[in-house]
Amino acid sequence: MQTKVENNKAWFLVMPVFLIVAFSAIIPLMTVVNYSVQDIFDPYTRYFVGTEWFKQVMLDSRLHEALLRQFLYSFTILAIEVPLGICVALMMPTKGRGASLALILVAIPLLIPWNVVGTIWQIFGRADIGLFGAFMSGIGVDYNYASDPTDAWLTVVLMDVWHWTPLVALLCYSGLRAIPEVYYQAARIDQASRWAVFRYIQLPKLTNVLIIGVLLRFMDSFMIYTEPFVLTGGGPGSSTTFLSQSLVQQAIGQFDLGPAAAFSLVYFLIILLVCWVFYTTIMNMQKDK
Amino acid sequence: MTHSSTPIAHKQQAPVHSRAERKARNATLRGRFGLVLYLVLLLLPIYWLVNMSFKTNTEILSGLSFYPADFTLENYAKIFSDSTWYMGYLNSILYVSMNMIISLLVALPAAYAFSRYKFIGDKHMFFWLLSNRMAPPAVFLLPFFQLYSSVGLFDTHIAVALAHCIFTVPLAVWILEGFMSGVPREIDETAYIDGYSFPKFFVRIFIPLIRSGIGVTAFFCFMFSWVELLLARTLTSVEAKPIAAIMTRTVSASGMDWGLLAAAGVLTIIPGMLVIYFVRNHVAKGFALGRV
Repeated sequence: MQTKVENNKAWFLVMPVFLIVAFSAIIPLMTVVNYSVQDIFDPYTRYFVGTEWFKQVMLDSRLHEALLRQFLYSFTILAIEVPLGICVALMMPTKGRGASLALILVAIPLLIPWNVVGTIWQIFGRADIGLFGAFMSGIGVDYNYASDPTDAWLTVVLMDVWHWTPLVALLCYSGLRAIPEVYYQAARIDQASRWAVFRYIQLPKLTNVLIIGVLLRFMDSFMIYTEPFVLTGGGPGSSTTFLSQSLVQQAIGQFDLGPAAAFSLVYFLIILLVCWVFYTTIMNMQKDK
Repeated sequence: MTHSSTPIAHKQQAPVHSRAERKARNATLRGRFGLVLYLVLLLLPIYWLVNMSFKTNTEILSGLSFYPADFTLENYAKIFSDSTWYMGYLNSILYVSMNMIISLLVALPAAYAFSRYKFIGDKHMFFWLLSNRMAPPAVFLLPFFQLYSSVGLFDTHIAVALAHCIFTVPLAVWILEGFMSGVPREIDETAYIDGYSFPKFFVRIFIPLIRSGIGVTAFFCFMFSWVELLLARTLTSVEAKPIAAIMTRTVSASGMDWGLLAAAGVLTIIPGMLVIYFVRNHVAKGFALGRV
């Protein structure tokens, strides 16, 4: 890394970003904090309740279940998407027309609006009009994502893998492209096996992009709302109700502002904590170089 | 494949060589096969949607087929002839473009500052920016609604564009900072010695140097703003309602209008494909956020 010049006037360059993000982040966040310590009946009747909502949220068993489901979900999709993404990246051609074509095709799912992703799978998974649903019942599996919790869970995971593996794949692809040809030549002279090339040349070079990938995927899967909402609506029962969804149910559906706000803050803090760990790791690794 | 180790083999090196080559070729072939398989599985759900958009509802419900027997453009015609439908697309494109412009304008100087200077609180500021990318939109739903209503921006395109800035701006700063750090500092210094002022240097010299970075950043802003629905739907009611929210109208008393839903879905995929086509040569670097 280059050495940087010490200059506090640089703050003027950062000011616009600070102002615009502060407008859309700090004011709403303060509103949430404000709600989380008050009991609000109507705009003119409100009481200060201290940490009561936080206590209530911490002890709410529905939220515990949603949190557990959320973690399970995030780890499941990471465990599938990261290895699959690496495999796809290794298989993608590196030059020529094929390379651009593969790149564009792989990236398509990333550019589809999230509710359309939900719609695609809603259609695709139905046994009467969807190919996947018809295929499953064709091979004799009693598959119905709308009534069976396991099937619903399976479909939501499959949808996420379909939707987001391209991101991991493209990240890894760009990481692989950055490896100089000399490394491979050296490996060929040493008659290194395919596995050895992967393990000792490609994987170390991929660590950086993989951390970015895991970070992005963790954040986004932890905030997932639209796709399961369209696909299953959180059901059957509450088997696919993740954190965002239970939050929206509470805040908009039941209009329980206090608890919803307290919940928001706890939720935000969890993501922040995990991401801070990732972020510090990335920064330390860049320093080591 | 052991015959290459027989005594004849060491007279000529060729068999050994070709074995390695054959092995490499087999590996590539296997790779191609795997890739094609993956792409087919990837595109199948999308194909199914496209396929359905050309069918009539009676055909959709009467059974499965891989191509429309009774090819119809009626679903598309319905969308293009109804202003509430096609205005949805215009609304979405409008706020996405606004968001792209705002994000780039504010992120460019900030990314320059982060890549070139040390200043009080720079690291904290950077992490704080990123932390906004981590904020679940669901958390901000209600406060956003109240904030934008109170300043009279509710149901305008700029409200959605500003709300989306909360995750596009940090990302833009992050990506641009990566690209800018790749430009040698000597260029800045030479320009200053040659008598360029900062704004002149920035616009005339620096921005052309990171053109591809800007393209990629715009692409990412587009991508994340285009696909987001939760905030866009909450902050609009009629005037700026995004297409993704209008799609929910296909549910009516007589059941789902599957063909229309599919057609609307297909139309939302097209802008994304156009955009990625334009940045395809830079996108590989951009996906690593300029940091490879």
